[in-house]
Amino acid sequence: MDFELTQEQRHIQERAYRFAMEVIEPMAKEYDREEKYSKEIWEKACQEGLVGVIIPREYGGAGLGFLEVVLIMEQVSRVDLGSGLAIAAATFGSENILFFGTEEQKNRFLPLLAKGKAISAGAYTEPDAGSDVASIKTTAIRKGNKYIINGNKMFITHGMACDWMVALCLTAPERKERHKRHSMILVESDRKGVEVNKLTGKMGIRSSETTEVSFSDVRVPCENLIGEEGKGFHQLMHFFDCTRTMVAAQGIGLAQGALDKTLDYVQKRRMFGRPLGLHQDVQFLLAEMATKIELGRNITYKAAWKVDRGDTDPVLNAMAKYFTGEMAVWVCGQALKIHGEFGPEALYDDFDVQRFYRDAKILEIYEGTKEVEKITISRRLF
Amino acid sequence: MEFALNKEQKDIVKAAREFAAKEFTDVAQDFDRNESFDSTLWKKACELGFVGVFIDEKYEGIGYGHLEQCLIAEEFFAVDPGIGMAILFSCFGAELLDLFGSEDQKRTVLPGLVSGQVRLAMAIMESESGVDIGSLETTAANRGDYWEINGKKSFVTGGDVADYICVLTSTGPEDSLPERGLSFLMVPADTPGLSTRRLRGKLGIRAAGAAELSFSSVRVPASNLIGKPGEGFDAVSRFFGRIYPTVAAMAVGTARAAMEEALSYTNKRHAFGVPISSFRATQGKLMEMATKIRAARNLYYEAAWSVDNGIEDSALSAMARRYAGEVGVRCADEALQMHGGYGYIDEYKVQRIYRDAKVLEIWEGVREMERHMIGRAVGWKEERKS
Repeated sequence: MDFELTQEQRHIQERAYRFAMEVIEPMAKEYDREEKYSKEIWEKACQEGLVGVIIPREYGGAGLGFLEVVLIMEQVSRVDLGSGLAIAAATFGSENILFFGTEEQKNRFLPLLAKGKAISAGAYTEPDAGSDVASIKTTAIRKGNKYIINGNKMFITHGMACDWMVALCLTAPERKERHKRHSMILVESDRKGVEVNKLTGKMGIRSSETTEVSFSDVRVPCENLIGEEGKGFHQLMHFFDCTRTMVAAQGIGLAQGALDKTLDYVQKRRMFGRPLGLHQDVQFLLAEMATKIELGRNITYKAAWKVDRGDTDPVLNAMAKYFTGEMAVWVCGQALKIHGEFGPEALYDDFDVQRFYRDAKILEIYEGTKEVEKITISRRLF
Repeated sequence: MEFALNKEQKDIVKAAREFAAKEFTDVAQDFDRNESFDSTLWKKACELGFVGVFIDEKYEGIGYGHLEQCLIAEEFFAVDPGIGMAILFSCFGAELLDLFGSEDQKRTVLPGLVSGQVRLAMAIMESESGVDIGSLETTAANRGDYWEINGKKSFVTGGDVADYICVLTSTGPEDSLPERGLSFLMVPADTPGLSTRRLRGKLGIRAAGAAELSFSSVRVPASNLIGKPGEGFDAVSRFFGRIYPTVAAMAVGTARAAMEEALSYTNKRHAFGVPISSFRATQGKLMEMATKIRAARNLYYEAAWSVDNGIEDSALSAMARRYAGEVGVRCADEALQMHGGYGYIDEYKVQRIYRDAKVLEIWEGVREMERHMIGRAVGWKEERKS
């Protein structure tokens, strides 16, 4: 057993945090207030080598593992979850190309992501199919050497910014076995019949672009199939088994950021003649926050470490995401409450913890709600 | 013991519910998005007799009790907490005048609160001392026939629209204990030297504005002192003891709003072929919500009943507020979770409720005072390590 990060990993961690403080921090409040997404942060992150680090060297990437992705995500989310997502989700969906794509597909798409020349998106959720993702309705019907795609996708990150999306479609809607109806198909965003609208009024991660996408008679060549026809559902489950650690990392980072800010606050603000931080009830809460963050960090690092060893553990990944999401919501809530011990000033958005509180809740929802994770865990317990 | 509401109280509940559903539903989202409010709603609520119902008939009030105000608050908040707050906090401070005000002060302010001509606000906290009201910096100097006020108050709910403000000031003498040197003064909003800045970017309850008030040599007549000099600390404590049942009712209303959203969504939305309300895990959450709401409601009923029966049990009031605040946050969290991704966008009411609930939990509580209120009743020892 060895719990130490390597020097290279520590270096990545520091680089990501410095980047977040220098580039993201100055924009975070404005982007949140204006619900503004800009490619600028992603472009700068690409230059800094923080995007798509799991892409192997032969496809132009850094060839690092999910643990390194976790380290980067954690550090940027400490500063701003929404902008962190603009970095992390820039390659979202294309992990499927890496896992299941042909050599030709890998050569064609992955280097563009690694070099910061393209953004990808994953299009799975639909208006009436969230947690029950197998019940999607979007169809991709083969006609000659093309698929004709029809349907609607919901809550798609980077739907407008992306160059392509990997969409979960029904290629055999009539098939009796429910989990053999799906396939993953890459859809370039400039195809005719692709329409994208930005969703506004999100509670948090407002600097991240969330969209709804509609496909009407979108034609893509059959070479755009990722993996095998009829295996889409199982491919997607494998995808989540690996990528959930990224969301878990966001939870650790966000919670750590809330703790950072609270620690500053309790030393600065005085009540009854002494700093808030010297009040025992506040101290105990801080201790609970720190403990839970450390637990979340350990389970997440372990889960990512197993993925990197080729020993992916769906239960551990689900546990990591479920635990850290709930932990982040709790920690951010306590952070706000501790600020509130002094007065109501932190209820205003001049205070970052207010944004953190709004941001946190998404971690229990996206990439599979925590209920879905509990299903994943409990099914394998006995 | 008698747990049932009487006929009149049931009618109040029904009328409040109908009014809120009719008037708030369509505008609530806009007010939340823009941090705005339409004062004609407040006037309408006054015309229909929903505001300041506990104010004595002598001052043109209806002469109901605090329980009736609580019932109205719960119904208003169950439709929209922001609008409910903007309306009901127009008489925030009437309890103080009721307890400590002079006959003249009562006659000046109270009738207008009921009829919708006047709004009142309480300026207690400051941005540099927060809830530690023992270390306030706003001062009022006694100049014989007038008081001169200097300083800054913050987080004054309704401070942007109020006609009169009850301002907690430090009146000294300088060497007195902080708790003995505080006094409330009634300040008309148009007094020269008083300036108002509306605070923006609040997490929730966004229809109800809050303001920062700056006092620069603001002069008010000596007769504007509320109560006796040095009574301010005691006044804050007794004031909160009176209003906490209402704040608790507000939180219960908020929790109920969450529950209602959760129920209607989970009955409609299907997953794995069935409505999500038919999953046992969902049912478990709904049971927990319903139970907590009921418990919190009973607690505020008792607290309000105590106030109305002249039993000053500030610990009970504080417990009711504290518990209801937690229940509100908890119910809003569960309700949003049941909505999945839709709960995260403001087209769905539950997102607003989630933000509103957290504000209620933190906002009108001077937590430290709650600690003293409950502490006295529980009987712990209060000794500082040296």
